[in-house]
Amino acid sequence: MTAPGPAKRNYKLRVWRQKDGRTPGRFAEYDARDIPADASFLEMLDIVNDSLIARNEEPIAFDHDCREGICGMCSLVIDGTPHGPNRATTTCQLYMRHFPDGQTIVIEPFRAKAFPVLRDLIVNRSALDRIQQTGGFVSVRTGGAQDANNIPISKPAADRAMDAAACIQCGACVAACPNASAMLFLAARVSHFALLPQGQPERTKRVIAMLAKHDEEGFGNCRNHYECEAVCPAEIPALFIAKLNREYVMAEVKKAVE
Amino acid sequence: MTDGLDAHIPAGPLDKKWDQHKFESRLINPANRRKYEVIVVGSGLAGASAAASLAEMGYRVKCFCYQDSPRRAHSIAAQGGINAAKNYPNDSDSVFRLFYDTIKGGDFRSREANVYRLAQVSNAIIDQCVAQGVPFAREYGGLLANRSFGGAQVSRTFYARGQTGQQLLLGAYGALCRQIAEGTVKMFPRTEMLDLVIVKGHAKGIVVRDMVTGEISSHAGDAVILATGGYGNVFYLSTNAKGCNVTASYRAYKKGAFFANPCFTQIHPTCIPVTGDYQSKLTLMSESLRNDGRVWAPKKVRDTRPPNEIPEEERDYYLERKYPSFGNLAPRDIASRAAKVVCDEGRGVGGTCLGVYLDFADAIARLGVNTIRERYGNLFDMYHKITNEDAYKIPMRIFPAVHYTMGGLWVDYNLMSNLPGLHVLGEANFSDHGANRLGASALMQGLADGYFVLPATIGNYLAAHTGEKPSADSTEFKKAEEDVQNRTRRMLGVHGKKSVDHFHRELGLLMWDKCGMSRNEADLREALKRIPQLREEFWENVNVLGDSEELNQSLEKAGRVADFLEFAELLCYDALNRRESCGGHFREEFQTPDGEAKRNDEEFAYVSAWEYVGENSPPQLHKEPLVFENVHLATRSYK
Repeated sequence: MTAPGPAKRNYKLRVWRQKDGRTPGRFAEYDARDIPADASFLEMLDIVNDSLIARNEEPIAFDHDCREGICGMCSLVIDGTPHGPNRATTTCQLYMRHFPDGQTIVIEPFRAKAFPVLRDLIVNRSALDRIQQTGGFVSVRTGGAQDANNIPISKPAADRAMDAAACIQCGACVAACPNASAMLFLAARVSHFALLPQGQPERTKRVIAMLAKHDEEGFGNCRNHYECEAVCPAEIPALFIAKLNREYVMAEVKKAVE
Repeated sequence: MTDGLDAHIPAGPLDKKWDQHKFESRLINPANRRKYEVIVVGSGLAGASAAASLAEMGYRVKCFCYQDSPRRAHSIAAQGGINAAKNYPNDSDSVFRLFYDTIKGGDFRSREANVYRLAQVSNAIIDQCVAQGVPFAREYGGLLANRSFGGAQVSRTFYARGQTGQQLLLGAYGALCRQIAEGTVKMFPRTEMLDLVIVKGHAKGIVVRDMVTGEISSHAGDAVILATGGYGNVFYLSTNAKGCNVTASYRAYKKGAFFANPCFTQIHPTCIPVTGDYQSKLTLMSESLRNDGRVWAPKKVRDTRPPNEIPEEERDYYLERKYPSFGNLAPRDIASRAAKVVCDEGRGVGGTCLGVYLDFADAIARLGVNTIRERYGNLFDMYHKITNEDAYKIPMRIFPAVHYTMGGLWVDYNLMSNLPGLHVLGEANFSDHGANRLGASALMQGLADGYFVLPATIGNYLAAHTGEKPSADSTEFKKAEEDVQNRTRRMLGVHGKKSVDHFHRELGLLMWDKCGMSRNEADLREALKRIPQLREEFWENVNVLGDSEELNQSLEKAGRVADFLEFAELLCYDALNRRESCGGHFREEFQTPDGEAKRNDEEFAYVSAWEYVGENSPPQLHKEPLVFENVHLATRSYK
């Protein structure tokens, strides 16, 4: 759904500016002028930043890297929605042709207790890495592997695991959730391994450890709002959260029985 | 060997060299390994796999990356796949064939022994990744699926939808996470290396900047490993991530490490064309698309009809016409140049006339739209997002773009540079892809270097230099820190009128124009005149706002662009010196009557290794002759 209009457009931006984690932030207003409809959202910010620098004003800081939708570095809450209005799209893959000429666009950082603001629109998402460190892997040493085809995996199981593994760890699920829960992210990681034979030996330990860390980092619990699924650029289905819950219950039961 | 450049290639027959070398390499007792500290810069496939593997062996590792998480390194963006000589499809693949294809694909400008070793360890990489839980594509019987890629006539590419890079990186990142949790790796995200520290001729540490607080600090180690990727962003527009830069490699070069074959840059044939001057990056459409897509351009000059209205007989499927045996799967350098020729003739398509079609109509008619969606759905979606066009209905428009750099820091067979202690892995080194890299070989090389090669060879250096780790408080470190701080102060003190991006864009345009898809002496000389002028203007007129002791993205960019502005000159010197056409390096003066690259093995069968000799002197060339004992130097033909 593109917004028809001129090839070059003007916008009013309301952008969150914050010097660092210790200083309170505020909204600032900027004009974005002569923005080509074929420019990406981040290219629009590049253009605005160039004009700020020309006026000796400090440019707006925002995270980005690959600009092709896979690295998970870009973020931003655009008009209230993480990664903006388009489904299955990271901010870097969002184009200005979707924004009508003259619109006011509100740009904020991902907001969550576990994601402290570092500057302007940049937040610290390393809590997700710390969750990964408690179990987001199969414990296999380099060099200790058998021939790859000795582990047959049915195509549907491999495809399903791939659906989960597609998570890019951007944290939009957290930013969208009223409880700032990272359960969609967590569910994707846990399910990816739980669906594969390689993940079985550590299946119980993994889900218990990762969930404990998730809570410890200050992420909330899932209350079935499904906001995460709606904003996930990798289209991870919320059904994986149901799987996560089953995995967790089974793991606790198994632990209790053993 | 000349100039003391010894590649330390083991003696003996090609297929025994690696085993023999591993046997003869020095070992370090498992109990002693914890006494060694190894610094790894970069956390992509090469860096993460090396950091994790070394830590598993017992070394203490510090790993640095500029991204907020090691899992975001640009290896993540690789789409198509990873090669291995498994021969699962029974199409006569073998280690030797993978080796031969890679040597030939590289236009006989890589080292036989390194490439053979790469092919040898390729199978173990697939085993390792599957054991880690990488969800590769599977057949219905449960075994691994393969597809074919450019420059090969066998199907040896393993893949995970269109995101093989992310999945392999998650495997390596997982291994790294496990070591971080065990305390054997200390991870430093959002930390950028700004200098290499040399103590008594050995690489013994680095100076870094914490990109959040701006704090400059030093880290000393027993060895330094750079896995910092390529320098494609010297062209400003490329398929690299915005943060990819040459700084770590270039700082090492200025400290004495030789830079090899910088002019070997790869232009990828299937990228989305440029639309305007605001554009910040180019997006690749995976080479795998050429398995089913047919590349064509109108036969008529400036044919502005929509593609679907151009009848079959007025279309020129030029790859199929010129290279019937490889057709649309001709290697990257050849496919890119062919697109340029078509556009130079005025037959390009799209608003800028810098584009050709990649058409799936035949494949959709043959296989159905669902099969095509299953194979390439995410790529078609990405294309739609960027161009607002539906490639299921009208052909994609594609154009070549800078993608990968085969050149890099010079390394020997142990992956150690001429600076003792400095090891270089992945795209940052030069050794395996010659003048052109084949598709699906970058992932293979990154992981080969990190999982299997370096862990076996680093002992050769460490065992010979036990207990020489200096303190990070020593004068060499203090001096390097001071240099970094002075440079930062200087950048912040210019208070000019133009943004860093302005200079980066100017440099990129100049490099693409004068040293891009084809090169000639006059253009290169012109570039060598203009780059120093641009650099001078940068230091007089750049505007870097803010402070050094805070998160400052302009300052980060300024440091990188300042290095690109020096490095670009080195690239042009190399392109000027190499008076032949080979792989991605096409010198207009050296071509066959039908426009193919004309190599000159008599004079140029060598690696150009450049030494920094001072601010105002041209770099000094050292030559490592390339000796081919197992393959015959043939004219590369894909006809």
